[in-house]
Amino acid sequence: MAGPMKMRATLSGGVTDVRVLMTHPMETGQRKDPDGKLVPLHFIQNVTLKVNGKTVVESQISQGISRNPVFTFRIKGGAKGDRIEVSWIDNHGETNQTETAVA
Amino acid sequence: MRSKVTPGDQSPLKNRPNASPVVSGPQPVNGLAAIVLKPFAALAATWNKDGFGAKTAADALKTLGASNPVASRDVVIEAPQIAENGAVVPIEITSNVPGTTSIAVLIDKNPFPLVGKFDFMEGALPFVKLNAKVGETSEVRVVAEALGKHYVATQEIKVTIGGCGG
Amino acid sequence: MKKLFGFCVLLGGAFCASLPAQDAKKEIQRYREMVAEGSPAELFEVEGEALWKKPQGPHKVSLEKCDLSLGAGVVKGAYARLPRYFKDADRVMDLETRLLHCMGTLQGRKREEAAARVFGSADRPSEMESLSAYIAAQSRGMKMAPGLSHPKEKEAYAMGRAVYFHRAGAWDFSCASCHGEEGKRIRMQDLPVLYKPEHARPVVSTWPAYRVSTSQFITLQWRMNNCYQQMRMPEPDFGSDTTVALILFLTATGKGEPYRGPGTKR
Repeated sequence: MAGPMKMRATLSGGVTDVRVLMTHPMETGQRKDPDGKLVPLHFIQNVTLKVNGKTVVESQISQGISRNPVFTFRIKGGAKGDRIEVSWIDNHGETNQTETAVA
Repeated sequence: MRSKVTPGDQSPLKNRPNASPVVSGPQPVNGLAAIVLKPFAALAATWNKDGFGAKTAADALKTLGASNPVASRDVVIEAPQIAENGAVVPIEITSNVPGTTSIAVLIDKNPFPLVGKFDFMEGALPFVKLNAKVGETSEVRVVAEALGKHYVATQEIKVTIGGCGG
Repeated sequence: MKKLFGFCVLLGGAFCASLPAQDAKKEIQRYREMVAEGSPAELFEVEGEALWKKPQGPHKVSLEKCDLSLGAGVVKGAYARLPRYFKDADRVMDLETRLLHCMGTLQGRKREEAAARVFGSADRPSEMESLSAYIAAQSRGMKMAPGLSHPKEKEAYAMGRAVYFHRAGAWDFSCASCHGEEGKRIRMQDLPVLYKPEHARPVVSTWPAYRVSTSQFITLQWRMNNCYQQMRMPEPDFGSDTTVALILFLTATGKGEPYRGPGTKR
């Protein structure tokens, strides 16, 4: 089960700032564990941002993104109460998602 | 039931309307293959395997059709010139090029330079802030695509070997 | 005209280039601010809240009735008032010591089990780390105000101050060996002189914290333990009188500073 995800969407000056935090090891496949074995490649590949059900940002990322990724996106306009949804899927097919309302 | 996305899976649903691996719910009987999707979990999304597997920025940009981007001050990179730790380097990007629909982020000296590609649809601003791994002092290269053309900006980030963790 | 002292910025081991000292300091500050804005620290707060509410131990009870200095179950503002004397334990306790105490008294857990894994790893934070993140976050914006009036608090403060300057161990080090003089640094990190309020304030107001270089959430008990290790001294017990005394001394030196919430460190 994926670790916690946290998101905040704040409207200010006609722009909604969406900051989303994800728990994920983002393993590059180059790191060795304490026993000296290589930890396999394990990273988020796609992140989707939706506003009221409509996709507005599609992200493709690699293992070059830091562990426990944090992204900030900006949406034009938006209104308090708009539903913001972010989901991700990794190279193992594992997924997670979170939802929040614009504050 | 969850479909596995394997690296290199390039099967955006729009190209295979009749062959979705994840169909659930009642099927319409009128012959048209309507796809009822489970929430994102099952969507086989596009992931640019060749681009992310490229070992140089030039090769990665080739896969994006962006081999000759024009240098532009409208592509703005906000990043510290020195990173205390290369594991987490914050980079903020804004494209002021009118009509920007995507932004690609590359760390030139990383083993695989392309770290992210962001596509913006109606409603989103061409902006992203992310944390990247920067293996050694390197240029950050940002390429924006707008109306079929590509625009580039770069900034050097020095990575230090830190001392105490604080 | 003030001379700018350039110093070597080590670049991934490849080569050395000079940056004027002032610019380097400014850019490092900028790095710290940008990382803090986009820090995963909050993820641990979420994890901690779940653990706070989770029934555990032989009594199958959550920690929600734990008295963190403001009464049973009051979390908001509690961290800013620690360390403090607690009558029910008859000793001065910091956050982690207090949590361990409640795990015992409320949840019926034995110390060996509850303290079996107090320091976690990148893949799995410890309970203490997550709980510390959550509880500390609830003191955001409040002035640091540890207990300094009870006789045992005064005693602990004096002990903390004495320990800070007491040289011991294989290298004859004390905290002051690194944190005792202005202008010292280890590689690129400036060493704060923690017995001076102006240095202690920004430090005490940003612990516990997410450590970027190891992707771990670190606490003050971890910091004390790790400093002892670096000084080549015996490992202190988790929540020992010495560690609590040091934490009280440092927090007291930084008192009055508004707590900024769990921080982000290199």
